[in-house]
Amino acid sequence: MAAQRSTLKILGVVSALVAATALGNAALAANPKLKIGFVGVTSGPAAAWGTSNVRSMQTLADMWNGAGGVKIGDKTYDIEVVTFDDQKDPKLSIQGMEKMAQQGIHYVVGPNVDDGAAAVRPVAEKNNIIYFPYAFPKTLYQKPASNAVLGMVANYQSGPAIYKYLKDNKGVKTIAFVAANESDPLSQRDSGVEAAKALGLKVVASKDTYANDTTDFTPVLTPIVALKPDLLVLSGVAPANAPLLIRAARELGYTGLMSTETAQDANVLKEGAGKLADGFISVGGASTPEIRSDQMVKFIDTYTKKFGEYNDESNTKVYALEYIVDTLKANPAAVDNIGEFKKTMDTFSAPNPYLKDANARLTYVGMTSFGQKRQLSVPMVVNEYENGAFKTLFVGHVD
Amino acid sequence: MEQVIVNGLYLGAQYALIALGLTLIFSLMNVLNFAHGQMYVLGAFVTYTVYGQWHLPFVVALIASSLTLFALGALIEMFLFRPVIRRSKREESTMLLAAAIAFLFDAGILLIFGEKGHGVPKIVRGVLNTGAIIIPYDRILVACLAVVFIAVFMAFMQFSRVGRAMRALAQDRVAAQLMGVNVDRYSMIGFALGALLAGLIGGLLVAITGVSSGIGTAVSTKAFMMVMIGGAGVVGGAIAGGFILGMLEAVGLSVLHAYGDITYLVIFASLMVFLAIRPNGLMGKPWG
Repeated sequence: MAAQRSTLKILGVVSALVAATALGNAALAANPKLKIGFVGVTSGPAAAWGTSNVRSMQTLADMWNGAGGVKIGDKTYDIEVVTFDDQKDPKLSIQGMEKMAQQGIHYVVGPNVDDGAAAVRPVAEKNNIIYFPYAFPKTLYQKPASNAVLGMVANYQSGPAIYKYLKDNKGVKTIAFVAANESDPLSQRDSGVEAAKALGLKVVASKDTYANDTTDFTPVLTPIVALKPDLLVLSGVAPANAPLLIRAARELGYTGLMSTETAQDANVLKEGAGKLADGFISVGGASTPEIRSDQMVKFIDTYTKKFGEYNDESNTKVYALEYIVDTLKANPAAVDNIGEFKKTMDTFSAPNPYLKDANARLTYVGMTSFGQKRQLSVPMVVNEYENGAFKTLFVGHVD
Repeated sequence: MEQVIVNGLYLGAQYALIALGLTLIFSLMNVLNFAHGQMYVLGAFVTYTVYGQWHLPFVVALIASSLTLFALGALIEMFLFRPVIRRSKREESTMLLAAAIAFLFDAGILLIFGEKGHGVPKIVRGVLNTGAIIIPYDRILVACLAVVFIAVFMAFMQFSRVGRAMRALAQDRVAAQLMGVNVDRYSMIGFALGALLAGLIGGLLVAITGVSSGIGTAVSTKAFMMVMIGGAGVVGGAIAGGFILGMLEAVGLSVLHAYGDITYLVIFASLMVFLAIRPNGLMGKPWG
């Protein structure tokens, strides 16, 4: 009899648990899911590029979902981020994009590099996917291509602005370039050389390269430092390599200016190069306290709590998901129709929640560079690193 | 030119120490340890944590890196390689196991230490500038320490009981066993020692080059190149391979820089020709 009672009690508890789980699931399933994809690199030496994308998306999704979801038209969705690590391998990028297509996803952030972004183009176009690469080849964004939207400021947009500023304000006359022997840094170097020549700067070194897995840059920089350029450009430098290059150059006695057109992380520079990185110029998004809004501060806090530490690259990477969702809000028919999304891009305008400036807007740009609006308008904040933090040197815009 | 030679010697000293651990494991167990680079990275992260984050002395951090990797190496040998070697007749099994361990380490390191590059405060400040040569003092110190560690390792292998037992194992495993050498014990010690060397150089170099998750495979690739140049399983060969690769890099990057990144192209092409002529490398196997 006692055993029967015990069995009944256990059955009762189990039934209650099952019922509670079912109710919980029902409550959780209250909002339909809107899946947004990510295909990019989250492992290996370039992991920082994609990881900052993924974590920005996950942080933003958590913030929105925690606040009850995002209202698009008459439906409220929870955002689900579906990720795929392509290990910076174009073959895997294609697999990743195919996975997104199989899941019926129409909006994908990434890939992070040129060859990956080029490789996924046919898959994206065949499967009605709009993707937001962090890669610079113009053919991705010019007609007849129409599914790729550049997620950041390209080096051929920021480079000339930086060189001109340094020429006018710091008296730069000679310039040297060094790049990793990979497609992105090399193409960035080549367009940087063109821009420097167009400005009348004397290019003293333009062919020096290094293997991306180099850990000691002294031999690489020895011949360049001997040329004593006024400005040394680290074309397309990966965040992990930047402090090592800076440190090697300074230790070899280089006293000129150094810059890059890619986003960097202040803490990585601080740990890797310390005071030697003071004066290093790079490009960021809503990166400096002078321009960031309370919403950006909240995003950074949430990100830091969720992942332990913030990545300054997310100052730019925060924008992609925001643009996708805000554009869908502007035209709910675009949720499963990318044609509608493309139509909306031409006229889309929404307040920029990450900048203090009340007049700052989210819009699609790119008419000058690509002949169509296939670029996210993110602030081109040119930073100077000093004492462990970035300070704004100047803010530019892309049209 | 003086600068190029100094760069080459400095690179050579660190490369030689990286290659030593790899060649030791190969000579003792005939295992190509694809996870050697990942062990280097883990050693670097231990030093980063102890010295860079906890602010304990650099020497303590180096000891922590060495001991951590020694213990990890011993465990890997005992619980992973030993059963596989015992049960499998195929050499590919240990290669696959080593590759799997490399992937596991990569993923674990990324998970624990994150995706960012990390560095630590300089261990010695200042730069030696003679006019012809510019080299920071910390690089001089690291190069000297690398040479000292190599010398200590060589002496240990030559004169200690454990070293003699491991050399006997490397020369003829069966004969050593028949002579009473405890194969399991010395294989475990040898693997742990190889891992220790990887951790030690990782910890030593984090003060110069920093560390980031994901560089392990590149480190392994370079270590394999050095071992191929010097001859697999030969301690002297690994040291020679390290210095040769360091010098080739320094000279190539200086002389060929105007032609783009062809230094490694030239090195790899030369290596192919070299291996066609001397497939066992400079010194070949066995050693002793």
